[in-house]
Amino acid sequence: MSAEGCAIVTGAARGIGAAIATALAADGRPVLVNYRSDADGAAELVERIEVAGGRAVARGADVTDPEQVDELFGAAEAELGPVAVLVNNAGLRADGLAPQLGADEWSSVLETNLSAAFHTTRRALRPMLRARFGRIVNVASIVGLRANAGQANYAASKAGLVGLTKTVAVEVARRGITVNAVAPGLVETRLTEGIGNGLVDSIPARRVGTAAEVAACVRFLASEEAAYVTGSVLTVDGGLSA
Amino acid sequence: MPTQVTTESVETVITDGLVEIGAERDAISRGATFEDLDVDSLDLVELAQIVEDEFGVELDGDSVKDVKTVGDVVDLVVARGS
Repeated sequence: MSAEGCAIVTGAARGIGAAIATALAADGRPVLVNYRSDADGAAELVERIEVAGGRAVARGADVTDPEQVDELFGAAEAELGPVAVLVNNAGLRADGLAPQLGADEWSSVLETNLSAAFHTTRRALRPMLRARFGRIVNVASIVGLRANAGQANYAASKAGLVGLTKTVAVEVARRGITVNAVAPGLVETRLTEGIGNGLVDSIPARRVGTAAEVAACVRFLASEEAAYVTGSVLTVDGGLSA
Repeated sequence: MPTQVTTESVETVITDGLVEIGAERDAISRGATFEDLDVDSLDLVELAQIVEDEFGVELDGDSVKDVKTVGDVVDLVVARGS
């Protein structure tokens, strides 16, 4: 088993992705910070990681495109070594009640939140199979486990991500590869701006979560110590779904 | 640089690959089936990766679906790589 290698975090320029990249780098893993449009945010993150003594490179790629995914992995392998950890974090939301959701809002959310994770997982797995080691962590959402009106597309994508997580976990478990998901509740990021008002009272912890609290869970699932945890969904929601 | 594809080089890489995956070296022959060797579908995915790393020849899911014996895979790689 070889646990050596780098981590790729998709959608890592800001928010939860940036916190995950920071946490993995703090564990000594070289990190490829993937972004789609926020090159400045990614560059600032790389600088912060390097100042803290870690190693990181930023690379733009639209992970909904399998060719760009292949190039992204090629760049990571060339610059940072084999990819031992993949964190599928890239996500977007385009809310609306189902009767009013446009076809574009449906497909763009499904492409980014679900299909992209399949493309990256498929690319990551074959070298991981040979290495007899791999950690894949998908950033799902409690909305994939319980209803939230106005997010049919987002909920379907995150529920799909849970199905992908469990199925792939079972397929590759005997090769030392684990596949897990974290399911954050309400976490303070730009993605959740405007949806927190009034909801806090229904969260048992009576507060929103932080990106760092989600990242700490990903860091554990990505560690060598978590070798016997696979196919699981770890909710990080202050008790909201309990 | 990928290794040159010849019947001999492919047989060597596939035999070593199957041993890496866990097959008994003495049991490997052209006529041996993957069932005999206890090589399952996930093992075949790994074998495809070994072939790609060594020869730069890509074997997708469709192409390995019907292979039954070691000889089938050797012939497939030789055909794809030359």
